Amino acid sequence: MARIVSLFILMLVLWLVMSGHGEPWLLALGVASAALVAWIARRLDSVDHEGHPLHLTWRGLGYWPWLAVEIVKANLDVARTILAGPGAVAPAVFKVKASQSDDLGRTIYANSITLTPGTVTMGVDDDGSLTIHALNAGAREGLETGDMDRRVCVLMGDR
Amino acid sequence: MSLILDTLSWALMLGGAGFVLIGTLGLLRLPDVFTRLHGAGMTDTMGAGLLVLGMLLQAPDWLVMVKLVLIVVFLAFTSPMTSHALARAAILDGIKPWLRQADKGDAP
Repeated sequence: MARIVSLFILMLVLWLVMSGHGEPWLLALGVASAALVAWIARRLDSVDHEGHPLHLTWRGLGYWPWLAVEIVKANLDVARTILAGPGAVAPAVFKVKASQSDDLGRTIYANSITLTPGTVTMGVDDDGSLTIHALNAGAREGLETGDMDRRVCVLMGDR
Repeated sequence: MSLILDTLSWALMLGGAGFVLIGTLGLLRLPDVFTRLHGAGMTDTMGAGLLVLGMLLQAPDWLVMVKLVLIVVFLAFTSPMTSHALARAAILDGIKPWLRQADKGDAP
């Protein structure tokens, strides 16, 4: 129930900032739209810990800024590699362990890896490890330190 | 004040355009589909990010600012999906990742 209410409030806030309208009639339409979306999402059974991960909000405030800094660093690295020419490219395919306890955690980890330029998640194996394609040795070593894996675990509250 | 804001905003937007340009260059000169994904990944993280930051400084009111920030948020959720889908499709199609000759030893 708390998730449905929070989804409704989130949709309403989204409607308000996207439209910028405050007139009673339009506001009523906005409330109706938000309620309709929340109702459909409940009917689709998608308002759970995966579809609306409310519990990650506070710890996320620590994770997303860290990820943003990593993305900036990785961007500079990939830019340098591209400008240096074909000689600097040394791709590698390897596996890393995803130690998160559920699918949502592993998805966030895999997406974080893909979002960071220089590394792309190619596949997820049944034993919970990810197959990664890295542009060069630097990108591979950065991932193999396990720092991102640990931080996603912290985000998920696994440890 | 507006001169400082304009200069900063121009610098950010030119920086973003630079990253999009380098990403495109990577798309052209990297050896295969998997390495090219890394080049494309630059355009929708740093490229789009810096462009939006620059535009934020030009935004007339906070409603526009929120919309600009939402663009980055949605890109951050969708772009890894498309990158992964592309890589997955390439693998299922039987494309072998390009590796340096010397590294062939530890290829999977």
